[in-house]
Amino acid sequence: MTIDIEKANQTTVERMMNARPILKSVARARDVIPGIQPNLLLHAGPPIEWPRMSGPLRGAVIGALLLEGLAKDEKQAVGMVEAGEINFEPCHHHQAVGPMAGVTSASMMVYELENVTHGNKAYSNLNEGYGKVLRYGAYSEEVLAKLRWMNEEMGPLLAEAIASSEGIDIRALLSESLHMGDEGHNRNKAGSILYTAKLAPLLAKASKSNDLLSETLKFLGENALSVLNPVMAACKAMADAGHGVEGSTVVTTMARNGTDFGLRVSGLGDQWFTAPAEVPDGLYFPGYTSADANPDIGDSTITETAGIGAFAMAAAPAIVTFVSGTPQDAINATLEMYEITVAEHSHFTIPQLDFRGTPTGTDIRKVIELGLTPRVNTGIAHREAGVGQVGAGLVRPPMKIFEDALVAFAEKYKL
Amino acid sequence: MLLKTEIRPGTYFDSVILMHLQRGLAALPGVDDAGVVMATPANLELLADFDLLSPESQAANPDDMLIVVRAQTEQAAADALAQVDELLKKRRSNVSSQYRPRSLAAAAGQLPESAITLISVPGRYAAAVAHQALDLGQHVFLYSDNVSLDDEIALKTKAAEKSLLVMGPDCGTAIVNGVGLGFANRVRRGPIGVVAASGTGLQAVTAGIHNLGGGVSQAFGTGGRDLKTEINAATALQALDVLARDPETKVVVLVSKPPAAAVATRLLAAAQACGKPVVVQFIGYPPPGRQIGSLHFAASLHEAAETAVALAANPVTEKPAPPLRGFLRGLFSGGTLAYEAMLGLQATLTPLHSNTPIQPEQELADVYNSTGHTIIDLGEDDFTQGRLHPMLDNDLRLRRLKQELDDPEAGLILLDVVLGEGAHPDPASELAPAIAAGGKARRDIEFVALVVGTDEDPQGLDAQIEQLQTAGARVFRTTAEAVSYVSQRLAATPPPMVAPVDLAAFQRPLAAINVGLESFYDSLTTQGAAAVHVDWRPPAGGNEKLMDLLARMKTSP
Repeated sequence: MTIDIEKANQTTVERMMNARPILKSVARARDVIPGIQPNLLLHAGPPIEWPRMSGPLRGAVIGALLLEGLAKDEKQAVGMVEAGEINFEPCHHHQAVGPMAGVTSASMMVYELENVTHGNKAYSNLNEGYGKVLRYGAYSEEVLAKLRWMNEEMGPLLAEAIASSEGIDIRALLSESLHMGDEGHNRNKAGSILYTAKLAPLLAKASKSNDLLSETLKFLGENALSVLNPVMAACKAMADAGHGVEGSTVVTTMARNGTDFGLRVSGLGDQWFTAPAEVPDGLYFPGYTSADANPDIGDSTITETAGIGAFAMAAAPAIVTFVSGTPQDAINATLEMYEITVAEHSHFTIPQLDFRGTPTGTDIRKVIELGLTPRVNTGIAHREAGVGQVGAGLVRPPMKIFEDALVAFAEKYKL
Repeated sequence: MLLKTEIRPGTYFDSVILMHLQRGLAALPGVDDAGVVMATPANLELLADFDLLSPESQAANPDDMLIVVRAQTEQAAADALAQVDELLKKRRSNVSSQYRPRSLAAAAGQLPESAITLISVPGRYAAAVAHQALDLGQHVFLYSDNVSLDDEIALKTKAAEKSLLVMGPDCGTAIVNGVGLGFANRVRRGPIGVVAASGTGLQAVTAGIHNLGGGVSQAFGTGGRDLKTEINAATALQALDVLARDPETKVVVLVSKPPAAAVATRLLAAAQACGKPVVVQFIGYPPPGRQIGSLHFAASLHEAAETAVALAANPVTEKPAPPLRGFLRGLFSGGTLAYEAMLGLQATLTPLHSNTPIQPEQELADVYNSTGHTIIDLGEDDFTQGRLHPMLDNDLRLRRLKQELDDPEAGLILLDVVLGEGAHPDPASELAPAIAAGGKARRDIEFVALVVGTDEDPQGLDAQIEQLQTAGARVFRTTAEAVSYVSQRLAATPPPMVAPVDLAAFQRPLAAINVGLESFYDSLTTQGAAAVHVDWRPPAGGNEKLMDLLARMKTSP
């Protein structure tokens, strides 16, 4: 087989950058996500079964079964899982992504985005905010109550508001928020405010209750991660647009399930390359240390895959503490990522680098050659279910998955 | 007067960028005005105020970038819109930073003015790094050793195609536009250019020049193997050519350990033709004389420095007489004289053939027929069997002389005439008429006679010389003088320069990329040069299997 890797990679990144994901609707997962079943739970990262799941993912699974009414308590939930009554599949197998545990079930409200350039869709659940939340494995009544409110009160209102518009262009929103101190992964403060500002008039028009409107605006406006989930779905839509290009060595999926770090490559179909996920190197909230940390978890690495997040670190001086200190370190982090990527993004630019495009499209060849893995900005989950976030920091995928992918690529294309 | 519109859906740029783009477009030929905005209602109104609101603009949404140009012709408007991406890119200049890049490509992006890359990584990785540097359009200073001859050939072939210089491998030192690379002495600037296939040779000469009050324009290293047969002075010839064109350089010094004879001839022919005095010091290699045309042969490194400084102070370039066409035919009766002549001439007249070769490749296939430059010792057994030695009997030499005169390739005949007891009583009386006749028949041929004898010799020294001169021969009394003259008259044709190296690269303030020894980077910055140090690691962590895969994935069509 004769392949032109350079050309294939160019095609991949151009498709990723030309993809224009528009937030089109909010709907129940069972109504929109392809292949969803009542007894199927989607989760973050590469495929995994119950015995190998980490604490936060197990907690989120239990919580989702309670939320769905499939189990009435923890014991019953675990029993069902152990009896094999529940199936697990990665969000990524269903055009979806979810932060941290990423557990998504049939009755949850989800964002639906459409890449209007290429026509593919992508989904993500709604962000729960901070504190005790399902995505960190919490499933107390308080957690479930909030989820019910999101799915039954706020969700339908969001759905109506967005349906009344032509949609929200998340790529354009990101272009702007990158100029306001966001990097799109660990910092989405500006983006969330822009997002709330765009939604506010739509929500006001759609809402029949001032109380609900007020609660919804407060919930969205106070949560600096409100826009994270639509951003992740947008990045998923962009990455998927670049997936499946014959002969391309560009990474189109990076995702963690709390146990393994998984990688997929555009020219290697749907094959996952996995290795044990590492514990992020970061800063911890008072009272916690790295001994409390769960190995890396979540689909949010889709942001780095699409050319933002840690790759756009130079744009986010406010969170330089995560990269050990100075704005120069943040700039260096982005400069480093240019070395392993194929393109500079045509829509995402960085003021601090004189509006250079963000490093986009990780080339596994460059990763191997330079011995330089992608940077990932991430939140850190407690290793036990339900404790929540204990810090934030930096992690890199294990080199092994890139090496395995390179070998598989050479085999597939008989190089 | 017309408006042309482009809408880029969902493309966001900050207003500062948009204003820059707008200014850039408005400055293009044939464009009267331009408007570049995010298509919000307020911005559309603004465009309307300046007569820039085209009917097509109405289709744009607030998330879209809207570009409108007002131009005199359709073509000017279209040309302007075609330049939008170029103008957007132009803004993205490089930000100076303390970032240490991991790859050469990133380093080149960070220091786009860099003209040269210093490489001092372990030998087994060095060739690959040097190839990358050449591919990025960088001249290469290759300090690393243990680079194979095949790799050196491949690198220098690529460099020649790209008009780039590869100094090395195993190049210890150079001075480029006043900045020392690798191990270099601090010497003042001046009119003397140096090309050296020897690192310490270059240091000794440049230091010597400085200590004698002179100065150096550029000093290029070539690597120790450059003057070997396989490399054929690839770098030395390029460097010599650069110095020949460099207006700052008045005198050139060539330094090397003994080169291959054919390579020496090639390089000296180029030096002879370079239009500037060239001081040559091929350490221990027999020179053809003290001065051959514009070539000055020094006896030591220090003498090379002295000669260069003296020539720089008084730069007379002798215009050599147009050289002869044709080949040397030396017909000797004295074996040692033949040997001494060959030793002196091989630097400039290789390939040189003989029945008594100094080096095996000089062996004449058929001793009875000359080819190219040939020196025959007619006193050898092949010729003397059954007849008298040519010092006693000129018959054989006269017949061979006639044979050479019949060869259209012959250009200069060199004869020794050895006088003294026991020798022929009057050799000139037999040789001179043949020379005279030959000169008449072949006006394109010169005759040189080397006369060995004293004024007390029975043949009469002056009379012998006079006969030979009258017949048209130029007479010398020592081999050295004869060699010097012959060498000058038969200067080889200089090798063609394939693609000249851009001189300007060495005239700009030095900017360089350093890969390997950090001390070289420190030295560059201490000398005030702009430099980027690459945080280099062995590719794929030194994993051979992965490196091999990567190599194959790079050579895909």
